[in-house]
Amino acid sequence: MATANATPLPAPDRFWDRLSIGTKRVIWAWTFLALPVVFYAVIRFYPTFQAFWLSLTNWDLLRPAQFIGLGNYQKMFADPIFWKVFQNTFLYLIIGTPVSLLISFVIAFYLDRVRVLHGFIRALYFLPFLTTAAAMGWVWRWFYQPVPIGVLNGILGWMGLPQQPFLRSVDQALISVLVPAIWAGLGFQIIIFMAGLRAIPNTFYEAARIDGLGEWAILRKITIPLLKPTTVFLVVFSSIGFLRIFDQVYNMTTNDPGGPLNSTKPLVLMIYQTAFSSYQMGYAAAQTVVLFTILLIVSLLQLYVLREKK
Amino acid sequence: MTATTPSSTELAANSRNIRPGRIIAWTLLLIGGLIMVTPLLYMFSTSLKTSGQVYDLRLIPAAPTLDNYVKVLGDGRFMQWFFNSTFIALTVTASNVFFDSLVGYTLAKFRFRGRYFIFLAILSTLMIPTEMLVIPWYLMSSQFGWLNSYWGIMFPGMMTAFGTFLMKQFFEGVPDDFLEAARVDGLNEFTIWWKIAMPMVVPAISALAIFTFLGNWTAFFWPLIVTTSKELYTLPVGISSFSAEASIQWELIMTGAAIGTIPTLIVFLVLQRFIVRGVMLAGLKG
Repeated sequence: MATANATPLPAPDRFWDRLSIGTKRVIWAWTFLALPVVFYAVIRFYPTFQAFWLSLTNWDLLRPAQFIGLGNYQKMFADPIFWKVFQNTFLYLIIGTPVSLLISFVIAFYLDRVRVLHGFIRALYFLPFLTTAAAMGWVWRWFYQPVPIGVLNGILGWMGLPQQPFLRSVDQALISVLVPAIWAGLGFQIIIFMAGLRAIPNTFYEAARIDGLGEWAILRKITIPLLKPTTVFLVVFSSIGFLRIFDQVYNMTTNDPGGPLNSTKPLVLMIYQTAFSSYQMGYAAAQTVVLFTILLIVSLLQLYVLREKK
Repeated sequence: MTATTPSSTELAANSRNIRPGRIIAWTLLLIGGLIMVTPLLYMFSTSLKTSGQVYDLRLIPAAPTLDNYVKVLGDGRFMQWFFNSTFIALTVTASNVFFDSLVGYTLAKFRFRGRYFIFLAILSTLMIPTEMLVIPWYLMSSQFGWLNSYWGIMFPGMMTAFGTFLMKQFFEGVPDDFLEAARVDGLNEFTIWWKIAMPMVVPAISALAIFTFLGNWTAFFWPLIVTTSKELYTLPVGISSFSAEASIQWELIMTGAAIGTIPTLIVFLVLQRFIVRGVMLAGLKG
């Protein structure tokens, strides 16, 4: 630029005008993508690699991170609490996903045919989805208290049934935490199921009726198979949700997070405590890698199931 | 996918079939729905009771009082948390609407080398759980002084792969002819996107906005980690810490929970159709 004193400076837009339309559009595209590319590189990809790297170190915030190979993983796999947590996490998944999907499908199936007060009933089911788990955890916690405070034990007492310890029992606590999680997610699943049901063209049903199929046969041979993409999406979506459960557990067991006796502790809570209560960052990073692996397997299973049938 | 109204044949079939089974199903659905909102009703009911009445499990308070609200809102903490949550959720939503749309549009409507690579790279971040990133984010935040700041709470969510993917799907449905016509008229590419393409995907934008707002409004895990000073808590983190302090004063805990729940319920009642459609749209395309 400084040497161009003999000839008039080419104006920037002259340079721009000489470019072909295609080149201009490529420049526009990369201009649009510039900031997002930096964002994804710095806020998503770099931290991902860093998490893998940290999982191989003994970093604890005080001393600089030292490479210790697979030491964290050995420690984790030898830790009975990790296996307890691992088991809890899968219990949330294995009970939560089928139960919530079954309930939401049945409700969606019938709600879809309801015309009287349709919007009102749908709103009743949908409202819990809009709540904050942190707030609802406390509401449910209050429900589970012993008499004279707790609502559920109050109802049990009124019906003449024995009192239940709920959150105080090693056997019942996990289910007690899971119920609010299922409750809060039902609305979303119902809405998605209803959208899926409506996407099935009516001609299929008409043809089936002409062929004389009964309600049950229509459900089994038409509705459920055609609903498969919706179902697979919801299975994966809710599985990931249950595998990552945290808010409910944290808020319902604050005085002994994950208790009693680790009976409700999911993997994410263990990660949280390892990282931000004990500051064993390297060890916590190794636990996040395990979580990542589990979620990756679930997602790949989804892709596999969907591809096979297409 | 867009057929949200029942067809005439379906309606006809329904009116023919008013059998006892239908009525039983309807009644059960209604009862189930009422059970679903029972926790919310009890929460509101108890928030209107005095500490002495908490043990009275009747749903309608004998002598409803707003004292708890005066008490809980009185010291201004909830107001602050409410403001924090609203500001953060709105800012992150605006950022997502802008950037996710821009990137989605670019990936849908521009042809250039590396397009597919960028798309796959962004899509692959869907596989990375937040929990795996929080430790590096925490490290990053403490190095740059972002702990206990709005930016610290917001930065991880400023753009999302989910939103980008959703918007890309919708922009693919926008006919190229419109964009070409605008190009002939001499509009620049940014204006074409903002003035021509964006108005054509308003339903998708509202779906994205609803999801992003709700997700950030209720977010708990990352705000819990990145904030330690009470002034910067978001509403969920504030409710959690407030409730732990209130210990056995259940009427105050329920009031705090109600304060955190009322705003979303009001928004929902106003925008019900919009929100339900948005959730359907996002769920099916995303």
